[in-house]
Amino acid sequence: MRSDSLLNEAVRGPSGPRKHRMLPSWVATTALLLPTYAWLTLAVLLPLLTMLVFSFMSATPMGKAPITFTLKHYRAFIDQPYLLNIGWTSLVIGFWTTLLCAIFGFLAAVALARATVGRMRETLLILILLPFWTNGLVRVFSWTMVLRENGFLDNVLHMFFADAGSISFLYSRYAIVLGLVHGYLPYMILTCYIALVTIDDAIIEAAASLGARWWTILFRILIPMATPGLISGAVLTFVPVIGSFMEPRILGGKVGVTMGTVIEDQFTQAFNWPLGAALSFTLLAVVLAIFATFSGVLRRGAAA
Amino acid sequence: MTNVKVDAVAKTYGSTKVLTDISTDFVEGSFTSLLGPSGSGKTTLLRIIAGFIKPDEGVVTIGNNDVTNVPVWGRNIGMMFQSYALFPHMTIAQNVAFGLERRGIKGAAARKEVDRALEMVRLSGFADRMPKQLSGGQQQRVALARAMVIKPSVLLLDEPLSALDRRLRQEMQVELLRIQRESGLTTIFVTHDQEEALTLSDTVAILDKGRIVQTGKPAAVYERPTTRFAAEFLGDSNFLEGKVEGGAVRLASGTVVRTASMLPANGTDVTLAVRPEKMMISAGEPGTNRLDARITTVIYAGPVLSYLLETPDGMSVKLFAQNKDGVVLKQGDTISLDWSPEHTIAVAS
Ligand SMILES: Nc1ncnc2c1ncn2[C@@H]1O[C@H](COP(=O)(O)OP(=O)(O)O)[C@@H](O)[C@H]1O
Ligand SMILES: [Mg+2]
Repeated sequence: MRSDSLLNEAVRGPSGPRKHRMLPSWVATTALLLPTYAWLTLAVLLPLLTMLVFSFMSATPMGKAPITFTLKHYRAFIDQPYLLNIGWTSLVIGFWTTLLCAIFGFLAAVALARATVGRMRETLLILILLPFWTNGLVRVFSWTMVLRENGFLDNVLHMFFADAGSISFLYSRYAIVLGLVHGYLPYMILTCYIALVTIDDAIIEAAASLGARWWTILFRILIPMATPGLISGAVLTFVPVIGSFMEPRILGGKVGVTMGTVIEDQFTQAFNWPLGAALSFTLLAVVLAIFATFSGVLRRGAAA
Repeated sequence: MTNVKVDAVAKTYGSTKVLTDISTDFVEGSFTSLLGPSGSGKTTLLRIIAGFIKPDEGVVTIGNNDVTNVPVWGRNIGMMFQSYALFPHMTIAQNVAFGLERRGIKGAAARKEVDRALEMVRLSGFADRMPKQLSGGQQQRVALARAMVIKPSVLLLDEPLSALDRRLRQEMQVELLRIQRESGLTTIFVTHDQEEALTLSDTVAILDKGRIVQTGKPAAVYERPTTRFAAEFLGDSNFLEGKVEGGAVRLASGTVVRTASMLPANGTDVTLAVRPEKMMISAGEPGTNRLDARITTVIYAGPVLSYLLETPDGMSVKLFAQNKDGVVLKQGDTISLDWSPEHTIAVAS
């Protein structure tokens, strides 16, 4: 009975017909939100906080070395300028991956949202979700099979042009971006799809009746209206891609040194957790700065 | 002068024939309603004229051009939707200018056209608002301005007013009619609301199961329905069934009813339709048809009283009377009904 009226309160709001028997609405709101925030604290904030503490330590707290407070790890980019290059590489990879995901993901989402023939939509959705169901390591390694010299790609090429050389581009940034696009495309497709399915068909038909061809509809109607989906897709892609280490290591080989692999090395090889933590937070700060700039530009663009 | 012409159009989805052999002309500058029950194919026909659907057979002509194979964006049509379908991320002015831009009209010239269109729908001060800041009726007027500003060859409307409440709908009907008259734009209006069709249209086309069963001026279609369906769907009707006998019709009860309609040969079964408001509580006038009936229900609707009656042999009859003296007759009273042979229409069943 008690929880029942609590729910009623939350659903109907304080002006509901059973007002006289109910708790004030803020109690219900708090009660309903509490589990969510408790979980977020446990799963996100606490680990993050631990890492933040680590990043100010002089050594990993599991060794014998005495621990003191230091800011030196945050000077890494100044003390070791080659990190700047690596950071730049990560940003470039993140940029291209996000851009390619946005282009292909948006078009795929349009196809998905507009597919109306029979069970086409379900089939497409399953094809899109397939990468999610494959183990990431398997997915990335299978690309090495395709891309390596005399791999699948070369074999197909030689079937048509027997004398052609190898077009293998394994162990290059292109291979890294390709592997990352493959892995993160579903996020972009899904966020764009969610934004696109809410667009009323009549809006698109109205545009067509006014003389708009498909590209006008795409650039003047669909993209502006689905911008929230594109932005969340971009965030969901860019952030993990910048920190990714599996794709750069396996598909990048020697050129696959990125912030992700450097940070991972600190935790697994160099046993320098404080440096790894400090680099992570520096990276986080850079990403947040990029988003802040970007959202400012977007807002000004929308206001103009 | 014909502006839009549909010739022998047919459309089938799977095994359902949605439209069968539709041929009709839409006269230049006229207001035509496509009227029919839900599922009769009105929307499909309108969308075939617009170009959203390709007919399986037949030809659509706009102006002097066969547009059957021309896509929507090349047809120069104005379209209004039930859901308004304004572009939510554009201001009112940008919404209205969208079609002008597609025609290469930009800058000051476009601004002038937009202002004029917004003035036409009485929304001059709203150019810089966003659609969601406007009420439903205002949004629908923006949609009308957006459709009209491109000077379309034909204006197509699919139940554009059915999302509005009654008062607003009536206001919009008046507005729509005024703008249509001023612009002289050929207009095709889909509705399932018979009153709306009667008040707005120059021509009403009644659809039933994918066929146009009757076309004509509202008064002509109302006064002279040719089929039982038309007589029933457009307004109310009493139906009397009988056999032709010597230039009149003998009902099962033996009552002989005379009609001004042409009748088939003696002995043929016919259905006669009589509007409830054409029947009168008997004044004993000669030369009229007459039935005796008992009142089963009196419905008081303000200006009009509806009587539901039953004849001795069990036939139901409905009668509408002007409320001149209030409720005088009551349930159980037996009365005589009079009506003129002029108002007795033989219809195909
Ligand atoms: N895309 C479609 N696929 C299958 N059946 C359809 C389709 N569109 C319409 N129909 C059918 O065609 C008939 C007429 O539909 P419609 O033109 O929308 O009628 P109305 O507008 O008069 O209500 C309906 O029975 C409907 O179910
Ligand atoms: Mg319809």
